[in-house]
Amino acid sequence: MTTAILVSILMTLVAASTPILLAALGELVTEKAGVLNLGVEGMMLCGAVAGFAVAFSTGSTMLGLIAAMAAGVATAMVFAVLTLSLTANQVATGLALTIFGIGASSLIGAGFVGRTITRLGPVFPAALSEHPWLRAVFGHDIVVYLSLALVLGVSLFLRRTRPGLILRAVGENDASAHAIGYPVIAIRYGAIAFGGALAGLGGAYFSLALTPMWADGLTAGRGWIALALVVFAAWKPGRLLLGAYLFGAVMTLELQAKAAGVTWLAPELLAMTPYLATIAVLTMMSLGRKTGRQHAPACLGKNFSAS
Amino acid sequence: MTQPPDQTVCPRLALSHISKSFPGVKANEDISLSVRPGEIHALLGENGAGKSTLVKIIYGVQQADEGTIAWEGETVSIPSPKAARRLGIGMVFQHFSLFDAMTVIENIALGIDEAVDRDVLKARVAAILDSYSLPLDPEREVHTLSVGERQRIEIVRCLLQEPKLLIMDEPTSVLTPQEVDKLFGTLRQIASQGCAILYISHKLQEIKALCEAATILRAGRVVATCDPRVESTKRMAELMIGAELRQVEHTASTGAGEVRLAVSGLTLAGEPPFGTDLEGISFEARAGEILGIAGVAGNGQSELLTALSGERPATDPGAIALDGRQIGTMGAGPRRALGLACVPEERNGHAAVPDFSLADNAILTARHRLPLTPLGLISTGDVNRFADSVIKRFDVRTTGGAALARSLSGGNLQKFIMGREIGQTPGVLVVCQPTWGVDAGAAAAIRQELVDLAAKGSAVVVISQDLDELLELADRLCVINEGRFSAPRAVASLGIDEIGLMMGGVHGAASPPGAPAHA
Amino acid sequence: MLEWRRRREPSTLMLWLSPLIAIGLTMLLGMIVFTAMGYNGFHAVESIFVTPFLEPQRWPDLGVKAAPLVMIALGLAIGFRANVWNIGAEGQYIMGAIAGTGVALVTHEMTGWWILPAMALAGVLGGMAWAAVPAFLRVRLQVSEILTSLMLTYVAVQALYYLVRGPWKDPDGFNFPQTRMFGADQTLPAMMEGSLVHLGIPAALLIALVAWLLMEKTTAGYAVKVVGLAPAAARHGGFSADRVTWATLLASGGLAGLAGLFEAAGPFGQLTPQFPTGYGFTAIIVAFLGRLNPLGIVFGGIVLAATYVGGEIAQTTVRLPQAATGMFQALLLFVLLATDVLVKYRISWRVRVA
Repeated sequence: MTTAILVSILMTLVAASTPILLAALGELVTEKAGVLNLGVEGMMLCGAVAGFAVAFSTGSTMLGLIAAMAAGVATAMVFAVLTLSLTANQVATGLALTIFGIGASSLIGAGFVGRTITRLGPVFPAALSEHPWLRAVFGHDIVVYLSLALVLGVSLFLRRTRPGLILRAVGENDASAHAIGYPVIAIRYGAIAFGGALAGLGGAYFSLALTPMWADGLTAGRGWIALALVVFAAWKPGRLLLGAYLFGAVMTLELQAKAAGVTWLAPELLAMTPYLATIAVLTMMSLGRKTGRQHAPACLGKNFSAS
Repeated sequence: MTQPPDQTVCPRLALSHISKSFPGVKANEDISLSVRPGEIHALLGENGAGKSTLVKIIYGVQQADEGTIAWEGETVSIPSPKAARRLGIGMVFQHFSLFDAMTVIENIALGIDEAVDRDVLKARVAAILDSYSLPLDPEREVHTLSVGERQRIEIVRCLLQEPKLLIMDEPTSVLTPQEVDKLFGTLRQIASQGCAILYISHKLQEIKALCEAATILRAGRVVATCDPRVESTKRMAELMIGAELRQVEHTASTGAGEVRLAVSGLTLAGEPPFGTDLEGISFEARAGEILGIAGVAGNGQSELLTALSGERPATDPGAIALDGRQIGTMGAGPRRALGLACVPEERNGHAAVPDFSLADNAILTARHRLPLTPLGLISTGDVNRFADSVIKRFDVRTTGGAALARSLSGGNLQKFIMGREIGQTPGVLVVCQPTWGVDAGAAAAIRQELVDLAAKGSAVVVISQDLDELLELADRLCVINEGRFSAPRAVASLGIDEIGLMMGGVHGAASPPGAPAHA
Repeated sequence: MLEWRRRREPSTLMLWLSPLIAIGLTMLLGMIVFTAMGYNGFHAVESIFVTPFLEPQRWPDLGVKAAPLVMIALGLAIGFRANVWNIGAEGQYIMGAIAGTGVALVTHEMTGWWILPAMALAGVLGGMAWAAVPAFLRVRLQVSEILTSLMLTYVAVQALYYLVRGPWKDPDGFNFPQTRMFGADQTLPAMMEGSLVHLGIPAALLIALVAWLLMEKTTAGYAVKVVGLAPAAARHGGFSADRVTWATLLASGGLAGLAGLFEAAGPFGQLTPQFPTGYGFTAIIVAFLGRLNPLGIVFGGIVLAATYVGGEIAQTTVRLPQAATGMFQALLLFVLLATDVLVKYRISWRVRVA
């Protein structure tokens, strides 16, 4: 009995963590290249609505996931053109992207409110995915496994490969990278696109896996939490995984408390916990941070122009 | 052994009639020069003469508007640094293209074009370090290294590509005299293996010591070519500057007046992440004198300036005294009001706000001593009058007080900033690198103003890396090294070798040669 | 061939012309997008952007919606000038309304001229308190105010829900999640008979004028600008970035709180879960459209207010969903940021000669 509860809590935790993990991982790569994209929430919403719309129209959840990534990349490219090619302020443009994402997703999603689709199912056959306790390992959907593989992949990419080295160099000192002859702007376009794809995928996880339906603003600020997670993780993919699952735990706790009918704490106050936890984590990070801002890529948020 | 260059050999690099212009400036006009294999060729010129633009064209960073480049006899186009490296051109920049938060080996890997296995690369780097006897630890992060060590990374990056032409852009401006000697040894060794070296500098002694040919640029044009080993230093200087050298007129020294600025035991932690700590700094500056503070870049000069200006106050009120009054814990505003003015090295964004007009920039530091902002209200008329008076008195070339600071050339902005401070007649003026990147005419004017200010009874402290400037200006000289001070000495009693030794580390034993530097 | 050249000085003409260009381009883009989505694009844009200005009966509504936008944007713009990115104005707006409502509920059986000023004061303090958290965290611990102020917005929304569903629920309200209606002395007096036009409108204009004088004519405004443009130079000149961070966050929080109180004590007359309307986010667009200049913001506020009023018109004329307004507003900000390039660069057509 207790095993069943623990397994079910674990499943909820993994599911709640996955979209944040994906979005944060994308943002981590973007930030490693020196670009601060505050539009994660907007890209997630666009991914969520595009994913749902395509999955609903075609009946294919897979196509939905691909469409979500495409939508994430498309919105990220708007940000990239504005900040990289037209040298607009990254903070302002990121905010604009979020506001845009909220509006556009709500507009597109208006026709899909109340519709349902088949939820993204587990990868492995029922023998494994519905096994009482083996499902803790084999009961997840493809996006979960993909997100874990991506954490490993990004970590290896940044630490072990030459393109990863170059990407970090661009974020560390864009002027030097340009002087040596690396295409700073092109590399940043790539990093922003990657961030957009993962944010889109993370958004679609809400509308295709967590709650297979569309509702306005269904990501509920998770994009912003993803941004905070990157800071918490000190720009390291391994710590990002830890942080995302920690947040998943907080949210699972909230859901469990609600389900268990906790009455001494109002549901509204419970709903505050992820946001308060984010502030607490950011605060603890800087309290425990003797090493200062050294973790942040040195060029983060600064515009670069070649001439 | 250096082989005498063979005149019949086809030049490694030949530029003909190169021109390049930017909005408002002709940076290069009709420049031709050629470098033979194994030759160390000097490109000599003042700041702003067009040297940097020319080498950027050779290295593919910029494209010439007109003219041709021939490489080993064949006309080539060099569209990118990558293309330059493919030809066999390596370059060590004046401002290193390094990544502070990364290790030496990562920095080297970034500087080469092909992907090399990490272990293979390490072995190759070790071989080069060994054959040129250069000490460098591949696993150290760059921000922990001295400037000389950083330069070695750049050199190793180039040597890995087995270059046929090595460009060195002002390589010695940040080195101690001893490090310069070491560098020259390395360069001679590289040249002896047939590599051509294009050596950019404005330091005549160095060029005489190292180079066998020189092309002298002035205002974007070639004014002469010569053999620096036989040409006189004075003649080269005149060619470079284009006018008879102007000497600063020292008014008869009034002798040491009363102490105006007294610093005793000033200790202040450097700013994270990479700042230098100041440790027990003590000195006095007297009315009527100019005190020079020499030192290699990054030894605490900017930290000293911000500690004196009040941007980073000390914890001990008595650490700094102005005219006998303890000001150690005061902020920048109160210190200025009492008559301590400071000019930091960085003009853009520190001494001045690039996106502000000159008039608005006047408010920045003059509001404490002049009635520009009564009751917190900006008195536009007074501000404009003050800005105009500075522009006029210090001959700042600009359209007027409404011009943005960013629209001025470095020299003109520096004149405005110096004028803003001197125009307030401070009791003590501390300046850091007063003529950095300033053309010769403006530099002479600024130096003259400093001498005149001291003659009127102010104490002037000049922090500079330019020894020639300090020897010309200062009455007494001390050296800052790793955040500590040497005892001041009268300039007249000092030889340049002695200063060089002081700059290289007078405090305790220097690291033995070959050992990795301090951990 | 399109040729770009960085201007030596930013163009002042373009600085003020580009918002107008942006509005024009947004209208064009909006027509294309709405047409592509199957609506009558021309009429949609006409309803959103033109009709509100042409029909005088809509002007009071324009003012009512512009007032909070302008008030919030003024505070935000001063912060943005100092590189203080308070994006949680929505939360401060809600907190201001909550604090003011608290006073209204305590005084609901009292009368007196002092009640409204007390509510306004509480609103300002509530907004300030909510902004003080990011200010403290940034100044003391270098925590990004962007994330903390935004997180607090979600917290404020939940606090509002909690109050109107719990302790502050109207006992005579048939269990609807809302507070009791404010009394006459707790409501902003209508300035025009039979309309919602309230004190907030002249207040917003007055605050804009004061903010303009502050930014252009005082050392306080100078401090804000210099801290934003060149922090090292600010320190060199003896200005404290910490003090500016505190001041700008408190000012923007206070203004957002006041706007929230005016909204609660004006058009709403009570607190309901529908209270958060996103003014705190739209005000960011207003601030940029007004070029972070207090007088420009008055213009920007009116334009964005028109999109709200016009959005409602378009809902009836061309059946455009309400969400279209939000997307249209964001589109405007995108285009505005893009046209910024005209200020920094000179762009010209040049025929390339081979």
